[in-house]
Amino acid sequence: MAAVRKPKIAVWKFASCDGCQLSLLDCEDELLSIVGAVEIASFPEATRAVVKGPYDISLVEGSITTPHDEERIHTIRRSSKLLITIGACATSGGIQALRNFKNVADFIPMVYAKPEYIETLSKSTPINDHVFVDFQLRGCPINKLQLVEVLNAFLNRRKPVTPAHGVCMECKRRGTVCVMVANGTPCLGPVTLAGCGALCPAYDRGCYGCFGPKETPNTTSMSAGWTALGVTEPELVRAFRSFNAYAEAFRKESEAHER
Amino acid sequence: MTPKAPRFNNCAVLSPQQLDQLLQVLIKRDYEVLGPTIREGAVVYDHVDSTKDLPAGWTDEQAGGKYRLKRREDDALFGFVVGPHSWKKYVFPPAMRLWQAHRSDGLFQIVPETRKATKFAFIGVRACELHALSIQDKVFLKGPYVDTVYKLHRENIFIVAVDCVQAGGTCFCASMNTGPKAAAGFDVALTEVLHEGRHHFIVRMGTKAGADLMSQVPHEEATAADVEFAENLVAEAAKHMGRSLDVNGIKEILYRNIEHVRWDQVADRCLSCSNCTMVCPTCFCSTVEDLTDLSGQQAERWRKWDSCFTTDFSYIHGSSVRSTPRSKYRQWMMHKLAYWIDQFGTSGCVGCGRCITWCPVGIDITEEARVIREGETLASAAG
Repeated sequence: MAAVRKPKIAVWKFASCDGCQLSLLDCEDELLSIVGAVEIASFPEATRAVVKGPYDISLVEGSITTPHDEERIHTIRRSSKLLITIGACATSGGIQALRNFKNVADFIPMVYAKPEYIETLSKSTPINDHVFVDFQLRGCPINKLQLVEVLNAFLNRRKPVTPAHGVCMECKRRGTVCVMVANGTPCLGPVTLAGCGALCPAYDRGCYGCFGPKETPNTTSMSAGWTALGVTEPELVRAFRSFNAYAEAFRKESEAHER
Repeated sequence: MTPKAPRFNNCAVLSPQQLDQLLQVLIKRDYEVLGPTIREGAVVYDHVDSTKDLPAGWTDEQAGGKYRLKRREDDALFGFVVGPHSWKKYVFPPAMRLWQAHRSDGLFQIVPETRKATKFAFIGVRACELHALSIQDKVFLKGPYVDTVYKLHRENIFIVAVDCVQAGGTCFCASMNTGPKAAAGFDVALTEVLHEGRHHFIVRMGTKAGADLMSQVPHEEATAADVEFAENLVAEAAKHMGRSLDVNGIKEILYRNIEHVRWDQVADRCLSCSNCTMVCPTCFCSTVEDLTDLSGQQAERWRKWDSCFTTDFSYIHGSSVRSTPRSKYRQWMMHKLAYWIDQFGTSGCVGCGRCITWCPVGIDITEEARVIREGETLASAAG
């Protein structure tokens, strides 16, 4: 068989903690087969060697928070055949989207000695607010096995197996007892996208909503259920306003309880 | 309740120690013994090595969206009703690989899964669960397509049933005519009796295998008074169901009310989280997922529990047939109480109450059915 050129992959960072791109290095068992299947062309966290674009696949981490990044994402889009966003920052604006509910100008002098050096946008926004995104892989952080699955699917020209349903199905399939029903622990599982394998409920904690809203999320009923467990309005605001605060369903629900 | 008379008429009495001997005989006969045990604040089904693993002295309190374990004042081994697990996980596994395939010399070769026949012993199967198993038998074994995996797991099961001598807050088996007395589908059935300092089990034999097992376990003959006392306990439980569902004409009522406003109201509360279908002992839907390795040389096909509450479930080329919580909930309830009767000749609901207890917001199928029925009664009274 003739040698086939390996697809070139680039990993890009915007406003983020680097945790999601680290998942690629975290792949351990799968890492050798990944570098066997693709050419890591640009991945500053892993190597200083950079191969010029264009790239077959760009993995984009982080949200858009500065005028400079607002420009940069378009350059990346132009040099990428496929653009896949990874993580809560890139797909919903991340934890830094908490600024979206306040006036960011008020924060700058509190944090920086020389506020005049700071050039920032009023909102932290997901990548697909700015450019066309081919696929979004959610989670804070993403599940490395899902990342491998997504790469795998694109390399093999098939649809990735990343469910749109909620966390509850993962709990039930693994036999985890519902923490909300059996213990009265508030849990966002019923409105949160699956993908983590129902990690927190398996350790007797309620779901924190790291993967953001699932398909058809009934956040109003979820809040009513939490209220029945004694959760207060400010606590509801905080629950929906975390890593995926600016994802539409969670944003609207937190705003409904803020007064 | 008018259960069929057991085929072997003599009842036996077992002490708790003798019940343990029964389990040990099963283990010695290479059964994988599975039964109720406490984990994560609930009674779940898992491996049990002896009666020490059973939830001695525990009971459960159940309501819509609420389950709590409570201490009993006695040491009953089966003093609770049903928990979040059902036996379906053993015969219809939540996730399993169906086959693998690999590419070699440009050819695609299927590697079938090799499966070993299992030999499960289910301890403490309730009357509603026996009915659920028989319903799943119909679905998986009796139609034109036999589910080979289900068949493999189901064939060799030894069933020790337990009559319910108390009813849970969300139980309604009496309405569904599925309990609380184990009527058929077991090898042996127990009624646990705690009375005036005595703790014993009245045993009925349902099959030859059951009678054969009992011949290996030291026991006493039950007196007529013992049997009557036990039967009264079960009859009493039937009077204390936490819920009831009037099944009279329910299929026709639901068919007539497919556009009832109640479906919108329940959709306001429904999380479409799928919990009701996952805990339901008769729900049988699954999906298949195809996976490949990075090189594209290996592939696998997996089957996983799926639910009519996911949008992908009803995806047909282009879009989903049921995309709203309203249509999803309606499909589920109509299937359970109406379509199922046309499809399989029985209700899909056995009255175990799991869907009520394990719904995070406590949506109650008996209440939904009642409101729709009463709407009709009111309308006919008015008009």
